Order: sequence, then C-alpha cells, then structure tokens
Amino acid sequence: MIGAAAIGVTALLFTVTELQGVLDFLLVAYLVYLAGQSAVSYVVEGARSAKNRLALTLLISALFLALVPLVAVLYYTLQRGLQAISPGFFTHSMSGVGPLENAGGAYHAIIGTLEQVLIASIISIPIGLLAAIYIVEYGRGRLAYWIRFFVDVMVGLPSIVAGLFIFAFWVLALNKGFSGFAAGMALAILMMPIVVRASEEMLKLVPNDLREASYALGVPRWRTILSVVLPSASAGLTTGIILAVARVTGETAPLLLTAFGFDAIRTNPFSGAQSGLPLFVFNQAGSAFAVAVARAWAGALTLITIVLLLTVLARLLTRRNRLV
Amino acid sequence: MAKRIDVEDLSAWFGSFQALADVSITVEPKEVTALIGPSGCGKSTFLRSLNRMHEVVPGARVSGQVLLDGDDIYADGIDPVAVRRSIGMVFQRPNPFPTMSVRDNVAAGLKLNGVRKKSELDDVVEQSLLQAGLWDEVSHRLNKPGGSLSGGQQQRLCIARAIAVEPEVLLMDEPCSALDPISTLRIEDLIGELKDNYTIVIVTHNMQEAARVSDTTAFFNISGAGEPGRLIEAGPTTKIFTKPDDTRTEDYITGRFG
Repeated sequence: MIGAAAIGVTALLFTVTELQGVLDFLLVAYLVYLAGQSAVSYVVEGARSAKNRLALTLLISALFLALVPLVAVLYYTLQRGLQAISPGFFTHSMSGVGPLENAGGAYHAIIGTLEQVLIASIISIPIGLLAAIYIVEYGRGRLAYWIRFFVDVMVGLPSIVAGLFIFAFWVLALNKGFSGFAAGMALAILMMPIVVRASEEMLKLVPNDLREASYALGVPRWRTILSVVLPSASAGLTTGIILAVARVTGETAPLLLTAFGFDAIRTNPFSGAQSGLPLFVFNQAGSAFAVAVARAWAGALTLITIVLLLTVLARLLTRRNRLV
Repeated sequence: MAKRIDVEDLSAWFGSFQALADVSITVEPKEVTALIGPSGCGKSTFLRSLNRMHEVVPGARVSGQVLLDGDDIYADGIDPVAVRRSIGMVFQRPNPFPTMSVRDNVAAGLKLNGVRKKSELDDVVEQSLLQAGLWDEVSHRLNKPGGSLSGGQQQRLCIARAIAVEPEVLLMDEPCSALDPISTLRIEDLIGELKDNYTIVIVTHNMQEAARVSDTTAFFNISGAGEPGRLIEAGPTTKIFTKPDDTRTEDYITGRFG
C-alpha cells in the first residue's frame, strides 16, 4: 500500500518537476517509499518498530543489489548463448571457418579444456591432498609453518603469473613449445593451493576423538589416517576438490601463454598449441564480426554449464554426507 | 589375560606445565580401580599415561615407570602402538567410527591391524558384543552405521570395540558421564562383569559411581592452580569411603570441597 503510494507520489513529482529518466524514477520512488514507510510506522507502531522496519528494508535492498549482477550475467549469457548454440557447435571445430561464416563450433575447445583440467587435476590433487595431510596430521614446527605460509601466498597468486612462469620455464627455456600439457601445469600451480586449503579445513573437522579411539586400539598412525581420518572426511574432501576443479576450469590468463589457442581439433595435449573454452571465448569475443561474438556467448554458456554442473555435484556430495 | 600394573614415581608434563607428580600405586588384576578427585587433579592424565596415550598430545611427556606384570611400558625400544594393543581404552564421549557399520566398528581393532578372515572377525564381533551386553540389541542391524545407535548403546559399542582386541587392561575415562542414569546402570553392571577377565581402571567424577563399581579407590588432588596433581591416598574402596587416612580425602568424600 505504501509502495503504491510511493509510486504515485513519485509519478506526481516527475510530472510537476523537471525530474526524468527510468533509473531516477526508481531511485526517487525507493527513497519516497523508505521515508513513507518510516513515517507511517513511526506514527502507528512507534519509534522502535520504525527503526526495525527501516533496517530490514535496507538489508533486503542490499540483498537484491547483490543479486543484480549475478542474475544479469546468468540471464544475459543464457539469452545470448542459447541463440547462438546449435548441435553443430559441439561437434565442429573452428578449422577452415571464414570470418563471416555462421558455422564452426567449440568442439576443439571443449576437448582442450577437459584435457587441460584433467592434467591439472592429476598433478595437483595428489600433491595437494598429501600436503594437507602432512600439515594437519604431522605438521609441527617450522616446516609446517612455512608450508602453510607458502600455501597462503600461492592462494593469492595472480593467474597470469602462473602462466608466465610455465611460459618462461617450459615453453621458452626448455623449448617445449605451446601445448595443452603446459596449460595443465599452469592450472595445476593455481589449483594446488586451493586443494591444500580445502583439504586442510576438512581434515581439521575430523574430531580428535576418532584419532584417539583408533590409537587406543593399537592402530598405527598411518593406518589411522588411511582408514579412519580420510574416510570420515571423504565427502568434504571430494567437495573441496571439485570446487577447486571448477575454479580453474574458467581460468583464461594462464592459457594465453601456455596453450596459446588453436582452431583445429587437437587431441594430443603434449605437443602443439591447443584451444580451451576460456581461450575460445576470449578469441571469439575479440572479433569484430557478429557471428564470432555470438559464438563467444555460446562458448561462455558451455563454460558456465560445466562449472555449474561441477558445483551442483559438489553440493549433492555434501548433502549425502550430512544425511549419514 | 588381566595383568597387574605397578606405577613408580610417575610424573607427566604438558610442555613446561607439570600435570602430575610422583605417583606410585599398584593396580591389582581382575579388580576395578577407581580414580577420583576434583577437576584438573591429573587423574585423566594419569589414566592416559598408563597406555601411552598421554604422549599423543604435542609437547606431552612422562617420567617414571609403569610396569605391566613387571615390564616397563616406557622402556627403550617399546612400541607405544604395541602397548595400546594390550591396554585398551574407553573415552568419556562415545566415539564410534562414523563411517563404519556396527560390525566394522567392533572389528576395527583387528581389521586395521591386518586380520582379514571373515569367519574369525564374525566370531570376535559376536563374542565382544555379547560381553558388552549389546548383542541382543544390535544383532539384527550389524550393518547399520555405528552412529545410528543411542548414546548408551554407542558407549557399549565402544567397550565392545576395546575388548575385541583382547587387551589385558581396560582403561575408562569417565565412561558414564555423557549418559543417562539407565545407560549408566547398564555400563556399571557391565564393568562388574568385565572385571572377571580384565584389569579395569576407571576415572569418575561421580563418587557414588566409584563406591558402586570399584574395589580400590585412589584419590588425586591439587594444592592450587598451576600445581601438579598428586596421589593423596589409595586403598580399598570401603575404607576410603568410610575412614580414610587423610583429612583431605575425607573432606572431598563428604563433600566439604570439590
């Protein structure tokens, strides 16, 4: 009711004064609504309720403001992506596609992303998990302190630096050239600290009671970790690792310097430049032609879908754990 | 099984803080020995020193001797893991392994130490659960997770798990303090039955419980904050609860402090 009144008052203001514009209208209506609500509430319910309502309204507004960019990005990507996506998009590469042709697809980029992320996972998950086990179960004193410190630093490592390092070390110094494997290594550098962090938190959540119960049965420490601690934390560990995978799947900067990008299908990640979904989006979006930009949206939609699926999978695993 | 424990001049530290000083006591086999005393008096630390669980905590150490039928468990070259296999422990809060079924919980001690034969494990599981008085309640749901049992059942499950590895001594750290009176009664009855086969040491805050279940009672106390706990007096439970030698014991028993 107050809302309707606020819109009415604002409409009146916009006709009698020089105010105009849609955004201005919304803003003024919002302020009028706040003032009106506070005034009415103050008169009817008293000062405390008026303050309560004002604070609540502001909090809900903040929530909506925070949701705006998220919803907008999803909506825009869905809308533009769905227009450009077609079955051929998933079965064709960009090989031999002319600049103005409405053809081609991201098949090569999807293969590239899957291979690169798989390589990154194979490298970083075992190392990250073992490091986390060391920190939580064995880590005392200086070594553990420094490992934890470096993990902290590496979590904040700019992704381009990881790419630059592999570029300088692997691509140039060792003269191995661009490849999906190089990209996988760069992604592994980014993924490892995330895996360590997530696993560390999960392992810390395992109650000490369980470790002691196991020790008291005369079970050695390594066996306790393997058979009691890790199973108890398994759902959480899986969730953390999947989120780490999702996190690096969308990395673009390191791919620029390592996989470089390639228009044709290349299944062998160990030699020659390869594409990846984020690279595909980057290259297509930078094009001057509308068909390419449309392909970029389709690629972005594919990327978001992959990441979303991983996140949902992580959620489901967490929930399954909670029920037991 | 059931071995005697002779403790000589046992002191225990957490880092630089001394929690326990110069405890000497003999724990008789096939008897229940109760450790009583106010909070922070070192009775749990003492209990955990008896199967080398004390040193699991970072910075914790022990001096003195703990002789299990004459063999010092702190002697050079003695593996703490082996010590714990012969001296089992039940904790204050029931702590079944959440990822394991009832059966696997009981069999855990054997399984994790390499016993794989299913028939042997099944026998041990049944025997241990029978001894722990839990068989009738869980025999039809051995595959359910250990955490699905009630608190009292979980604690008896933990006792079954501890006796499944056939220890000589069973240490219990306030095994009933997290349980309701009915469950407490069941565990206390169980302790009475188990003492035919095991040496039992139990820490309790509940003096009635000490009086009900134990044959020997040891009273620990501290003289002030930051001071180490000491053994004040140990003797037959009836004597400690009727005419103790030390006035501090009498004050504690009669509820004048603590």
